[in-house]
Amino acid sequence: MTSPNRRRPASRPPALLIVLGCLGIGLFAVPFLGLLGRVPWSELPDLLTRDIVTDALRLSVVSSLSATGIAVVLGVPLAWLLARVEFPGRALVRGLVLLPLVLPPVVGGALLLFALGRRGLVGGPLGDATGLVLPFSTWGVVLATTFVAMPFLVITVEGALRNLDRRYEGAAATLGARPWTVMWRVTLPMVGPSLMAGVVLTWARAFGEFGATITFAGNLAGRTQTLPLAVFVALTNDRDAAVAISLLMVVVSLVVLVSLRDRWWRPV
Amino acid sequence: METGVSADGLDAHVVVHRSAGFSLDLSIQIAPGTTAALLGPNGAGKSTAVAAISGLLPIDRGRIVLGGATLDDPSAKVFTAADRRLIGVVFQDHLLFPHLTVIENVAFGLRSRGVARDQALERAREWIDRLELTGLERHRPRSLSGGQAQRVALARALVTEPDLLLLDEPLSSLDVTTRTTMRHVLAEHLSTFAGPRLLITHDPAEAFLLADMIHILEAGAVTQSGTADDIRLHPYSPYAADLAGSNLLTGTAGHLSVDVGGHRLSTAVEHVVGPALVSIHPSAVSVHSSRPGGSPRNSWRTTVERLEHLGATVRLRTGDPLPVTAEITESAASELGLEVGADVWIAIKATELGIRSDRGEPNHND
Repeated sequence: MTSPNRRRPASRPPALLIVLGCLGIGLFAVPFLGLLGRVPWSELPDLLTRDIVTDALRLSVVSSLSATGIAVVLGVPLAWLLARVEFPGRALVRGLVLLPLVLPPVVGGALLLFALGRRGLVGGPLGDATGLVLPFSTWGVVLATTFVAMPFLVITVEGALRNLDRRYEGAAATLGARPWTVMWRVTLPMVGPSLMAGVVLTWARAFGEFGATITFAGNLAGRTQTLPLAVFVALTNDRDAAVAISLLMVVVSLVVLVSLRDRWWRPV
Repeated sequence: METGVSADGLDAHVVVHRSAGFSLDLSIQIAPGTTAALLGPNGAGKSTAVAAISGLLPIDRGRIVLGGATLDDPSAKVFTAADRRLIGVVFQDHLLFPHLTVIENVAFGLRSRGVARDQALERAREWIDRLELTGLERHRPRSLSGGQAQRVALARALVTEPDLLLLDEPLSSLDVTTRTTMRHVLAEHLSTFAGPRLLITHDPAEAFLLADMIHILEAGAVTQSGTADDIRLHPYSPYAADLAGSNLLTGTAGHLSVDVGGHRLSTAVEHVVGPALVSIHPSAVSVHSSRPGGSPRNSWRTTVERLEHLGATVRLRTGDPLPVTAEITESAASELGLEVGADVWIAIKATELGIRSDRGEPNHND
């Protein structure tokens, strides 16, 4: 296979590296193959068109996109504050924002329940004043999903803002651009690739969100039951449906990650 | 302030205290239509001066007046932010916006100042043509050569018709060949810009060739201000003396010779033909009381215009036909009985002439 005297030995990666790297690939590939092996291909069209699946899919798409939208609207200004404005307690605020990254989602959902539940700190007065009840509603799904996924956007955009060469913003200012114009025409476009990477990560996290959602919003078919929740239910009573939904999620996520990764995830 | 700079000029006294005990204290006046250079080594405070004058950094003390308007005066609580000053800045490393095309970069200042899109693009296109960038309108900065990027940066600064043109190390990121070309382009556009121009540089050749007045900045303070000749002849600091260490002339090189202002000098260089930079170290210039023997062609008769005693050596500046600076030993000078107005012969060996091409090379990656 290999000739005895290689001309470019330096370009050959060490064998150990290849072996370990392949084991790493296996860790991700084997479960995927396991899934493919279980798929009841002939029944797939029927399984995927059941109400429980289409309802969950619709809810997952709506809630993950809404969560991503909210994360952008709130997360970019937040990242800006963390990266650019020095204020007392900034380290604490950053820790707070990133907390959902390390917290078990179930705990995140519980925290939301304590604060925004029917008798919660904010939820009580909010419900009295507006009649809006977040837990066990579709809005609750969106909120729980945003809570868990938004840190990905904040951390990505904050890092990009910190790495941005601020002399470009100075150059824009000397050209007469007001601060708002500098932000729209220079800063945001220059962190654009990172912003898009953050959006993809955030959406991916939101699409797969389970723990906080089930804790805060429950598992009501057609209202709060997203695809991950539907899989959870199906696993106990309808294996084939669970496999079909899993396949659906894998395919959707893979398509998004593969198609967007190379475009947006360029190392800066 | 006290000096008579006309209403359209720059009159700045900039005092900025930076951390770690560094302070910049700089006074500079530039009349319209003239170029001043702020020349200094790294860490002298040049970048701070750029930031202060362009409005990116408020000064701690002093006053900046441009075109009759006070832009910054802490004692009167006046501060005009960068986006409200009319200062065209050509930045070190160009700082072209990577996500915008060439024409969008050039039009940026006009768009930011409220010029309608069509009109901004039209005016940007005029400057693109003027700087010989035609055809590159839709290119991104990433695909430009260093010289092209430099022209775009210049167009971007000039299109807004600023009250002051500020050039911050405009040539430092270019390779040697491109730098020569771009120095010509800069010289041309500096001369057509009617307002005051400030060139920030660490390269004495740039300052000597482009500026009417040179201010030497060292450790946050101006150690000397004067014309290139003043600084060459009477350097106040070791840094300035180091800068003064060379005669820098422009001429036209031919085979083994160079024509400098109608004066033909022999050289030992064959390969440089056309516009050339000629450098001669002052200690390579010998001074005689009568016509010297040996290689006769690089010798001429002239008078001593200025004379300065520097301890063991004497530096002198000669008059027409080809003014040069010479540095000879004190003993040689007294032997010659040198004084201002004295008749002397100058001789320079052909091998002592440093010749560099000064040709405005066309851009290759168009």
